[in-house]
Amino acid sequence: MAAMIEVQNLTKYYGSLRAISELSFSIAGGQVVGFLGPNGAGKSTTLRILCGYQPASSGSARVAGFDVFNQSRQMRAHIGYLPESTPLYPEMRVREYLRFRARLKGVSGAQISRRIEQVNGQCWLAEFINRPIGQLSKGMRQRVGLADALINDPQVLFLDEPTIGLDPTQIRETRHLIGSLGEKHTVVLSSHILSEVEATCNEVIIIARGHKVAQGRPRELGAQVAGQSSLIVEVQAPAAALQAAVAALDGVRQVQVHENDGWLRVRVEPQGGNDLRQPLSRLIQQKGWPLRELRREVASLEDYFVKIVAGQ
Amino acid sequence: MGGAWTITRKELLGYFCSPIGYVVLVIFLGLNGYLFGMTNLEPGMEASLRPLFGRFMPLVLLFIMPMLTMRLLSEEFRSGTIETLMTAPINDAAVIAGKFLGALLYYMVLLATTLFYLIPLVRHGTPDWGGVVAGYLGLVLVGALYIAAGLLFSACTSNQIIAVICSFVFLALLAVITDWIAMNVEGTPRFLLQYISVGYQYGDFVRGAISLSSVAYFLTGTFFLLFVSVKVLESRRWR
Ligand SMILES: Nc1ncnc2c1ncn2[C@@H]1O[C@H](COP(=O)(O)OP(=O)(O)O)[C@@H](O)[C@H]1O
Ligand SMILES: [Mg+2]
Repeated sequence: MAAMIEVQNLTKYYGSLRAISELSFSIAGGQVVGFLGPNGAGKSTTLRILCGYQPASSGSARVAGFDVFNQSRQMRAHIGYLPESTPLYPEMRVREYLRFRARLKGVSGAQISRRIEQVNGQCWLAEFINRPIGQLSKGMRQRVGLADALINDPQVLFLDEPTIGLDPTQIRETRHLIGSLGEKHTVVLSSHILSEVEATCNEVIIIARGHKVAQGRPRELGAQVAGQSSLIVEVQAPAAALQAAVAALDGVRQVQVHENDGWLRVRVEPQGGNDLRQPLSRLIQQKGWPLRELRREVASLEDYFVKIVAGQ
Repeated sequence: MGGAWTITRKELLGYFCSPIGYVVLVIFLGLNGYLFGMTNLEPGMEASLRPLFGRFMPLVLLFIMPMLTMRLLSEEFRSGTIETLMTAPINDAAVIAGKFLGALLYYMVLLATTLFYLIPLVRHGTPDWGGVVAGYLGLVLVGALYIAAGLLFSACTSNQIIAVICSFVFLALLAVITDWIAMNVEGTPRFLLQYISVGYQYGDFVRGAISLSSVAYFLTGTFFLLFVSVKVLESRRWR
């Protein structure tokens, strides 16, 4: 099966600022994909391009089998989009708004009421469906925006930071809802919160400063970076001798030594996935250096992400 | 043009539910009622709607039409709803057409309220029906042109105040100032200025005549402004 979303060398300039550069990825159908990156990474820019709101400066993209640039209108009939700020018309009532959006998206007259009832059930709108949107709380507005994105039963859903500004209960409910959407739709959600993506997505694409840095299943990505875990050792020893002895061990990539209240704190980075705990403890025993700590610092996806955010 | 009518309906309903719709309605009714009462309800006057269709109408509309059009697109840009609007399967021309028709229909509802003024005329005299038809046609054409201009400025900015001021200045130039300058110059400049002046082109309708060249002027102007609005809307997304 062809990919549901296919992006090639997508680049977007705002004036002279390059918001995304040479972004390429492909996403198979029927998944919940997390688009993860710090603020300003270019997530919203990418989603806006994929939804046909704004054109890219260069590159190409296909969504649901349509070219985003040349077949924009056909493509837009097959997507749902929830922008970051959940823009709605405050003067309209929820039901009236959904009816307007359904008509605009070409849902046939006979289907409209049925679709409204369906999204009403999916997004728990019942308690406020007849109220003006201007009176709703942030969480309710978010559900209305989601209901709008779903109203045409689209193949692909783009949700830009769908849980931003919600309280913890609402976040859990929204995540649950998004998870359930993955069964019928391909969902792309953006987020700057790692745990959110880990909790809801089958696949993660990490972007930073407009570049794609990694793509994969959250577990795989975690394992990939866990291989780079380093060892922390605290001993009392002559600094130069310690540094030389550790660096001479097999499979050591890098050694850093710091003085810390009379003890030397050593950070040992292994080459690839080498486990250096045994060689290192043997070395220290041989030398007879007093040891007060030896532990492995398992790099999590979180650390990896924090590093990326900090600029590597 | 799929979707245009959906937008038209939303905008039209919006005027009936919004303060600005009522403000405009009240100003319109008040001014017309006042002027109609001043000039017509006296014995011996001619039985026509001439005060309503008179030369000052483009001036009255100059003040109220920008208020009707200012929020049409500015508000979509300000609130961000432009993103959901333009990612629906609808093209830019349909958005402009839908908004334009929504405002035009509301304006025609305003105009329809003046049909009541015909009642005393019919009861106490014989109205000049040709003049009535020409007058209403003229007003619809002037309104359409003004709405198209207001829509254009609304597409240019996310600030309603800027939109209303720009529309007002532009329409003042088109409706009054060109006419006024034209009276003070001679020859070709005068002819050209008169040609682009709403006040001048509207003159025939005031006299109860329908001139094809004036109709063509208003239609061309309206379509041209709508066309530019579509281009502006397109270009705003490119940035
Ligand atoms: N309309 C715009 N005009 C100019 N610069 C923009 C615009 N939108 C976004 N940017 C810039 O592009 C970069 C990426 O922004 P964005 O896609 O919103 O990031 P994210 O959604 O990941 O936080 C940022 O540096 C931002 O300032
Ligand atoms: Mg964003």
